[in-house]
Order: sequence, then structure tokens, then C-alpha cells
Amino acid sequence: MNTAGAILASAPAALPPWLDFFTFRDTNIRLIFAGCVLLGLTSGVIGCFALLRKRALLGDALAHSALPGVCVAFILTGTKNPVVILAGATISCWIGAITIDLISRYTRVKSESALGMVLSVFFGLGILLLTYIQKSGNAAQAGLDKFLFGQASSMLDRDVWTLAIAGLLMLAAVALAYKEFKLVSFDPGFAFSIGLSTRVIETALATLTVLAVAIGLQAVGVVLMAAMLVTPAASARYWTDNLGKMIILSGAFGAIAGAIGTYISYLGPRMPTGPWMVVAATVVFTVSLLFAPRRGMLAHMLQLRRIRRKTTEENIIRTLYVLGERHNDMTKTSSIATLLEFRSMNTMTAERTLDRLIARGLVQEPAEGMFALTPEGVARGARLTRLHRLWEVYLTRKLELAPDHVHDDAEEIEHIITPELEARLVASLNDPGEDPHAQRIPPALEPGRAI
Amino acid sequence: MTDTTKPVPIEVHDLTVAYRHRPVLWDVDVKFPEGNLIAICGPNGAGKSTLIKAILGLVPLASGNVTIFGKPANGVRKLVAYVPQRESVDWDFPTTALDVVLMGRYGHLPLFGRPRKRDKEIARHCLDKVGMLEFANRQISQLSGGQQQRVFLARALAQQTRVYLMDEPFAGVDAATEKAIVTLLRELREQGCTVAVVHHDLQSVPEYFDSVMLLNLRMIAFGPVETTFTTENLNKTYGGRLNLLTEVGEKLRKQQWNARG
Repeated sequence: MNTAGAILASAPAALPPWLDFFTFRDTNIRLIFAGCVLLGLTSGVIGCFALLRKRALLGDALAHSALPGVCVAFILTGTKNPVVILAGATISCWIGAITIDLISRYTRVKSESALGMVLSVFFGLGILLLTYIQKSGNAAQAGLDKFLFGQASSMLDRDVWTLAIAGLLMLAAVALAYKEFKLVSFDPGFAFSIGLSTRVIETALATLTVLAVAIGLQAVGVVLMAAMLVTPAASARYWTDNLGKMIILSGAFGAIAGAIGTYISYLGPRMPTGPWMVVAATVVFTVSLLFAPRRGMLAHMLQLRRIRRKTTEENIIRTLYVLGERHNDMTKTSSIATLLEFRSMNTMTAERTLDRLIARGLVQEPAEGMFALTPEGVARGARLTRLHRLWEVYLTRKLELAPDHVHDDAEEIEHIITPELEARLVASLNDPGEDPHAQRIPPALEPGRAI
Repeated sequence: MTDTTKPVPIEVHDLTVAYRHRPVLWDVDVKFPEGNLIAICGPNGAGKSTLIKAILGLVPLASGNVTIFGKPANGVRKLVAYVPQRESVDWDFPTTALDVVLMGRYGHLPLFGRPRKRDKEIARHCLDKVGMLEFANRQISQLSGGQQQRVFLARALAQQTRVYLMDEPFAGVDAATEKAIVTLLRELREQGCTVAVVHHDLQSVPEYFDSVMLLNLRMIAFGPVETTFTTENLNKTYGGRLNLLTEVGEKLRKQQWNARG
């Protein structure tokens, strides 16, 4: 038998297997590797539309419902010819999809329940048939159970070629109908209203999902194929806001997962490929989730921390400013204890923030433990106080809130008002001189000194 | 003023729509005359959005028919530009404002054909008309609700048609957007276009619109605002629930009758 495993055993022992793989000397390895990369690429690309149309779970149900089709195709023909298996899987997937649609349309059962029912019933039926085939003693059945978790190295040339041709055709279909797929995924109602046959487009998208599942059965298996549709697409979404780029990235992530999965199952020929491909895809997803710029969790946390720091800094500046204002002396120093009377924060945060402000030249410490604003700090404090009091005037005048209700709002707003908003605020209030508590509003700074 | 020989932009004849066997619109007959700004008003659940969707073929008709410029709606549907409710799509979709407006050009492109330079110019021009050109390359989830609504309007403009159906474009928008929409509506009227708008704010109806259609499961009245937008008609529309009609509808649903076969 011309499988990768057989070739592997007879390979020259000059290089260790983990290195030998990368020479791609063996045509069979080359073929299987290319097949799995293409498989990952295709499912990544198709998965983008499944994800954006919120049909990710449908992919899972479809993958599971492929199993009885594979078994029936084998029972009827007695071969594992890839075209026969692909046809069996596709028909079975379609029956599953139509069953889900009929159940949710004509009964009171909601579609996600229908999805769950079809998934488990079809998969159960598949396992039943698989057991029957294995007990039948047919020699040709060996390896049929690989369809559960996939085994790339058990693929024959003809399997890879079938996969490759189907995959390339599917990629071509996406390239051709990109515009239509995009519109139907975003706004199907509008698509219909401009005369597009949404039923045909939606059927085409469903067919591509079914085919993406079906071609992956041998390498990844029915249990995990859905993950290859969803995970690369979900990862790609983290990195870009552009559908075209998302599709390319998702394809690339899928291809990488395919490559890693094949490599690992090559090293351990008894290793199923599917789980390793999924593990690789999940690692990519985790990295995306954590480290993607803007959308990633780390970016969010840093952003949040920046805002918190800035708010704490500005609160301390403003407290020092108001204290100076009360004593009519901006050089008047205050202790941390005094600051904490006005602001609820712990001593350590206050100390650290003061250190940062001193380093930036906004606060000075003329005597140990006693703080005051520098001239530049005074300018900052004046602006913040100005924004705070302007907002209080706005709330009392325009929203007619009572003066004792406006302080807390202004406390938040003072940190986020931009110079443009400030200008509009001033214009709409006719540049008031005092806030609702009869405190003086510091005048605007000359341009260029705004924060 | 009304020329009977000229086909009207939209004619609805004896239209009944049912959801799951329960009729939500009964026997609507209406002609939207050319060059008119029409408000479609009625309480919640009166079937306003359903009427628009039925005209566009987005929901199946239980009976009746729709013609667009005298022709059956199927096939000439793209003569009507549609502005869906803003909430009907996922604004986190990975695309830009300009891209969404370009979708308005898709009906003019052949199947699988890509937008050309000229389509992009039209799209930019339409964005400019709603005051959104500076946001052309902004991801759509980063736009405010009013800005998203304006993007939808620009998309309809990019279709360059003469009939517009808008589903609550004024819902939840800021003052700037409301002003932009009103300016746009007047411009469309000046060009002789017909615009029907599902509208909630009764107060602004006489100011913004020429005609009004009052709807509550059936059509209560349709005509020029001066003669139709009367207290009596409004009472008929909003006052007193249509107990008998809703009850019969409920019965039909329970017995799973197909309204009108």
C-alpha cells in the first residue's frame, strides 16, 4: 500500500524523522502535506462566512451528520473511493441540514434544539453503522474509523487529489462570488430587494460549508471538522476590520493549523491528525484573543490601565489645584493625608501617582511628604477645573438639574472633554464666569498649552 | 394632478399578510402617487414594516398583489430602494461605511461583477450628501447610531432609483441626522421621487410629509396630510384597540388556518 506510513518505514534513516519531514523528499509526504494545508486554507476561508452569518454551530451539526453517509456509501459500494465517500458525506450533510430546517419551520422546536437533535441522532446512527461494518468482517473496511478523528497519513494519492480539486474549486467559487456572498452575509433583506436571488446564494454558501466539512473528513474527522471552520475565522476577526483581509488571514491560520497537524501526525503515525490541527488552530486563536491590537484582551487591559492612571493623575492635580485655590496660594503644600481627605484612593496609589507627576514636572515636593503643583501643573489643574465647572454649568442650565446633583457627573466628564467640545460648550454657555456653586471658572489657556 | 393613464410608482391591491397563519395586515389597497413624501403611521404592531416588506417581497403575501410602475413587483423590484431598520443588521460586520454604500451599486452590476471606479465615485458622492464623507473608511461598528442610519440612506441613494421605502429612519437618531434626513427627503421630492417612510413621531408628520397613510392591521386612511391627518382618523388608528379583528386573527392562528388559502 502506497500510504505515507508505509513510505515512512522504508525511508532512509540518514535524518531523524522530525527533520526529514522538512526535506519533502518523499512525494507522498509532499502530497499529504499540501493536501492538509489546502484543507485548512479552504475551511478557513469558507468558515468566515459561516461565522459572520452566525451559522457556526450549523457547521458542527453538518460535520456530525456526515458519518452515516460515509458508512452507507461504503456499505453500498464496498470501497473507500474518495469520490464515493465525498458524495455519501455530502448527501448525508444535506439531509441533516434540510431536517434541521424542516423541524424548526414546521414544529414548535426552536432551531438550536433542532440542531442539537440532528447532530446527536445522525452521529449516533453513524456510529451504529460503523460498528455494523466493523463486525461484518469486510477487509476493505479497515481505516473507516479514522473518519472520527482523522488521519492524514492514511490518505492515498487519490484522496489527496480529490480533496485538492474540490478545495481549489471552492476557493474559486468564493473569489468569483465574493461580492454576492458578502452582501448576503451582511444584509440578506437588502440583497433580495435589489433583485439578487438570495435563496440561490444562501444555498451556495450552505453547499460550500457542507463540502468544506466533507473534504476534511479523512484528515480531520467528523468530530472536530467544525472547529476548523470556526476557529481560524474567529481568530482572524481579531486582527482586522476588513472582510477581504479577514478571509485571507483566516485561510492562512487554517493552513498553518493544517501544516502543524500533519507534521505531528507524521512524527507519531498513530496520532490522529484532527485533534492536532484543532490544537494548533486553538493556539492561534488564544494568541489572537490575548495579543491582537485593539480587539485583543491585552490591548483592552492596557487601554483601561492608561485611562485609570490618567484619571488618578488628573484627580490629584485637581485636588492640589482646588486646595491652592482655597488658600489663594498655589505654592501651598499639602500632605498625602490631606489629599486623601478629598479623594478616595489608597495611600500607595497616591504615592506612586505623585512620583509619576513629580517625574513629569507637574508636581513638586519642596519638603519631605509635602506636595504642591509646579507652574505647569497649575496650568493643567486650571484647565481640568475649568472643564469640571463648565460641565456643571451646562447641566444646571441646559438640563435643568439641581446644583447639588451635578458634581459627580462633572467628575467623570472633566477627563474626557476635548478642546473641540470645550469650545462648543463655551459657545453654548456664553463663556460663564462662575459655576453653579459660585466658584470662579479659570479662564481658557492660550492655544498650544492645552493638554 | 393625477394622470390616470400614467402608471403609479407603487400600487398595492387587496394585500393580506399572515405570519404563522395569523393575519397582520388585512386587505390593504393603496396607490403611492409620484413625487410624494408619504408617512406611514400607526401604533406598534400595526403592520407598518410588514407592509414595506410585503411590497418588496420579503414576506409572503397571503393574497393580493403589488405593482411597481404598472408591472408586477417580481422582476422590477430593484426600481425600489430599500432602507431597512438599522437594527436589522449586525454592525460589527467587518466592513467600512464606503463599502456598505457601494452595496447600493450592486443592483447595477452584473452577477459576479466588481464595482468600478465610477461606482466608487457615486458611493462617495452619496456619502457626501448625507454628510458622512469624512467617515468613508471608518469601520461601521465605530459609527454612532445616527451615522449608521445615514450610511443606510446613502446606500439607498447610490441605487439611483425613483422610489424609496424607508423603515423608521428617524428612530433613535440625533438632531444632526434628523436634519440631514429631512433635507434629503425634500431634495428627493424636488427630483420627483416618491418616498414612503415608516414614521413614529406624529408631531412632525405635517412638517415633513405631503401624504399620510394611517395603518392599524388594515388601512384606516390615505391621502394628503391636510385632509387625512385629522383627529378623527388618528382616533380611529390609535384609539380603541381593534378588539374584534385581533381576536379573529388569534383564532385563525390557533386553528392554523391559512388566511385566504
